[in-house]
Amino acid sequence: MKISFTINGQAQSIEIEDGNTPLLWVVRDMLDLKGTKFGCGKAACGACTLHVDGEAIRSCSYAVKFAEGKNVTTIEGLGTRENPHPVQQAWVEHVVPQCGYCQPGFMMATAALLEKNPNPTDEDIDNNIINVCRCATYVRMRKAIHRAAELTQSANQTS
Amino acid sequence: MRSQKLLYVIPVLLCATILFAGGFANSEPDGAAESSSEELSSSSEENFDKMMAVLMHKRCVNCHPNDNIPKQGEDSHPHYFGMARGEGNLGYQATTCNTCHQSENNDYSGVPGAPEWSLAPESMKWEGLTRTEIAESMLDPKRNGGRTHHEVMEHLTEHELVLWAWEPGIDAAGNPRELPPVPVDEYIEAVKAWFEEGAVIPAE
Repeated sequence: MKISFTINGQAQSIEIEDGNTPLLWVVRDMLDLKGTKFGCGKAACGACTLHVDGEAIRSCSYAVKFAEGKNVTTIEGLGTRENPHPVQQAWVEHVVPQCGYCQPGFMMATAALLEKNPNPTDEDIDNNIINVCRCATYVRMRKAIHRAAELTQSANQTS
Repeated sequence: MRSQKLLYVIPVLLCATILFAGGFANSEPDGAAESSSEELSSSSEENFDKMMAVLMHKRCVNCHPNDNIPKQGEDSHPHYFGMARGEGNLGYQATTCNTCHQSENNDYSGVPGAPEWSLAPESMKWEGLTRTEIAESMLDPKRNGGRTHHEVMEHLTEHELVLWAWEPGIDAAGNPRELPPVPVDEYIEAVKAWFEEGAVIPAE
């Protein structure tokens, strides 16, 4: 079957036998976007988090057929090296990653949170950012999330 | 609903009085009316038993919690990752039910899914209630979302999220989820019959 969607601003069509194939596999293995990670494959750890029409979803548990006609954003499309997304900027400032494997998922989850809630409290962070980091970088991530909120707000004020 | 019932009851009583006065009652064997009433009652109770055996099953009650925390699995443990009702019964702002649950089961991950996947509203908390209490709650417009008996019957027999219970897919370990104890066709028949017989909740 043919499935068409937009990914990181680019129109994309794929031919795939099984429309139930996880979007994660398509993103990584067919479109060669390796930033989104396979962690547990059970929608439990969040390493595969990306955005579909602006909503954070666990792409290991999202059949690619549901992406038809939608806008998909991966970590590669969140920002650029020259113009990083406030979440990426904050992550760099706070040197958040240790091994780094789970971090794209955390950053995508955080970007989705800030879209809905530009100034999240610690409780909002606890409720919404429920991905798993085995290096336990949670303390640095919390600081980075608050910093990303500041950066987003100051960017909005200047624009 | 009570005043509607009265509208039916009054003509029935009038007819019964007229028939009795005309001597028609004598043409029936003694006790026939009683026995027919008992049969109806017994059939209604049987239908109630079947319906409630399903509605009290974990496939239903796991999403009708009494503490705003969805339950999971055959042991009905609290949903992992601290997920809770949130606003609109759909989880938190950016991490909603649909972050993981889509409109179909996902056999790759073992994450269940169905259209309108969400917790039942807070007024519909069933966890920990007896079957009589659940039935009372289900028929109470103040707690059932303002539904009439007919609408409750339709919800119970037609809504895809309810019927998902018989197609619950596999869990994260690849094991099929347990089905409710009554086959779906038998359940639908029992629910419809119970409502048609007046939706009488038997005493505990």
